[in-house]
Amino acid sequence: MSLMDILMIVVPSTLLWAAPLVFTALGGIFSERSGVVNIGLEGLMVIGAFSAIVFNLTFADTFGEATPWIAVLFAMVTGALFSVLHAVASITFRADHTVSGVAINLLATGLTLFLVKLIYDKGETGIISQPFSKIDIPVLKDIPFIGKILFQNTYWTSFVAIIAAVIVWYIIYKTPFGLRLRSVGEHPMAADTMGINVTKMRYLGVIISGAFGGIGGAVYAQAITSNFSHATISGQGFMALAAMIFGKWHPLGALGAGLFFGFAQSISIIGSSLPFLKEIPSVYLLIAPYVLTILALTGFIGRADAPKAVGTHYIKGTR
Amino acid sequence: MSKRLTNILTPIIAVLLGILVGTIIMLASGYDPAAAYIALWNGAFGDIYYIGEVIRQFTPYILAGLAVAFAFRVGLFNIGVEGQFIVGWTAAVWVGVAFELPRIIHLPLAILAAMIAGALWAYIPGLLKARFRVHEVIVTIMMNYIALHVTNYIIRNVLASKSGDKTDLVKETASLRSELLQSMTDYSRLHWGIILAIICCFIMWFLLEKTTRGFELRAVGFNQHAAQYAGMNVNRNIILSMLISGAFAGLAGAMEGLGTFGYAAVKGGFTGVGFEGIAIALLGANTALGVFFSAILFGILKVGSLNMPLEAGVPNELVNIIIALIVFFVASSYIIRVFLERFSKKGVK
Repeated sequence: MSLMDILMIVVPSTLLWAAPLVFTALGGIFSERSGVVNIGLEGLMVIGAFSAIVFNLTFADTFGEATPWIAVLFAMVTGALFSVLHAVASITFRADHTVSGVAINLLATGLTLFLVKLIYDKGETGIISQPFSKIDIPVLKDIPFIGKILFQNTYWTSFVAIIAAVIVWYIIYKTPFGLRLRSVGEHPMAADTMGINVTKMRYLGVIISGAFGGIGGAVYAQAITSNFSHATISGQGFMALAAMIFGKWHPLGALGAGLFFGFAQSISIIGSSLPFLKEIPSVYLLIAPYVLTILALTGFIGRADAPKAVGTHYIKGTR
Repeated sequence: MSKRLTNILTPIIAVLLGILVGTIIMLASGYDPAAAYIALWNGAFGDIYYIGEVIRQFTPYILAGLAVAFAFRVGLFNIGVEGQFIVGWTAAVWVGVAFELPRIIHLPLAILAAMIAGALWAYIPGLLKARFRVHEVIVTIMMNYIALHVTNYIIRNVLASKSGDKTDLVKETASLRSELLQSMTDYSRLHWGIILAIICCFIMWFLLEKTTRGFELRAVGFNQHAAQYAGMNVNRNIILSMLISGAFAGLAGAMEGLGTFGYAAVKGGFTGVGFEGIAIALLGANTALGVFFSAILFGILKVGSLNMPLEAGVPNELVNIIIALIVFFVASSYIIRVFLERFSKKGVK
């Protein structure tokens, strides 16, 4: 097996697995940059995956080829709506952000499985007929060498994720909205003094993270699993959280981390078919994202510092 | 309204609100809530067998709840109970399978192995928190996944018998199972672990409320800086609390490994016990007694729910929704307190 063959297997697979992580991690950035810890990313992905699969199964005949994309939009909306719960609890009701996030995760799995049984009368949904399918990107696929590796046999969603990361970077670092969002997460009192509505910004941060989490779940379900069951989302949300931290709460960092974790995930699955990776027990690849995140937090791989006010409540009039 | 009364009322209101919303969900989906709750009741108390199963179910819940609660009291959020639970489970089974020893040594050794494994797994986040100020929430979440994959690897490659996905049963000498308890409850899987769990409740209460060390631990939980100025070693107390918390969690794993199942199997995902421990600790206001009672409630809900699809045709996931809602409402207790205060003020007028 030549290097070229290996790359042609590994790169598309990495991109495939990275896309949901990147989307969800970007969502996490919005939430945490505004000062609200979002452990609930996993639950938001579950909601997204569920909504997308149900939508896809119901409307596949109506929308045809476009179904998975519209399902993603639908999942984005449901994810955003579901995250309102987290926002209300952790901002208005002053719940501990982490506890509220745990509740979101529990609620998402409970609710979706309940609904699956209610709608389909069995433990999991059927297989969708219109998943995201493998494509060759026109024009770019003809670039010699790179085209074959990057742009053939791949998925649109991966490239949308990369573009989204750049857009999010622009929004967070180059627009007034981004500046306000960051200021609310760093020093809410100063932001409030400058006339920024802290509560509103935080609500927006959480709801946008819900939308991205929904997209992440939808992409995962429609590109990778093709149905919804209790095991569809099993830790991807937490891995996205890890990607966000490993990427130091920076959109492009999260993109890099998401790609790397996607690589680790895909290698642990396809590794047995690759010559030199067969020797490595897959357990090392499975735990790599988590170990690296701990190391990053500890400061062995460049220190990762959270937004200053993350996890705190802003109560007007207190110092 | 006295603070004490509010403290007791808040969790009760949270539970009632959870059940209320659960009822609304059932009504909205066209199920009969009354039938569902009767089925739940019958599934938990309808037969002596079910009562045995309820006790069996809440044994690890008590310990997982204690683990979360203990760390909470010292100001740490141990989401890693799930991971510590899994490594404890695996370690207990490992010792239970690998050694040939008399019961009097073997059983305590297996239990001790579980506690040490859990404690070591919790030691890492504790140490990182104390040394590098790394937030324990993220580290413990990551440790959960590491635990899942590493124990799966060990079970598959070291412990499992002939390329299977689960280990042999632990030796009789390391088992917590009891003919006596089983025959008393119509052959449920009830085992001796419940006694250990109750002892641990007592230990936690005694340690935190009656000893100098416990006073220090609580002081660190209330205000780290004040504790520091008072000459207490904050870092040592942080690490100690994680060790104890992890030991409780590991012991919870031993309950499953040596009692309920008697083996360890490759897991596709988390067991959920650790996460329910968070809910239990919160509902029990992080006290030993509170954890004991809320673990019983969760045990009833979990075991009873299995009867709901059979008798009332309601998916048992409904109980998971109710549990999530309870966590949600306990977490939002600020708003419940506000309402309670308004309510009591009006009463005075």
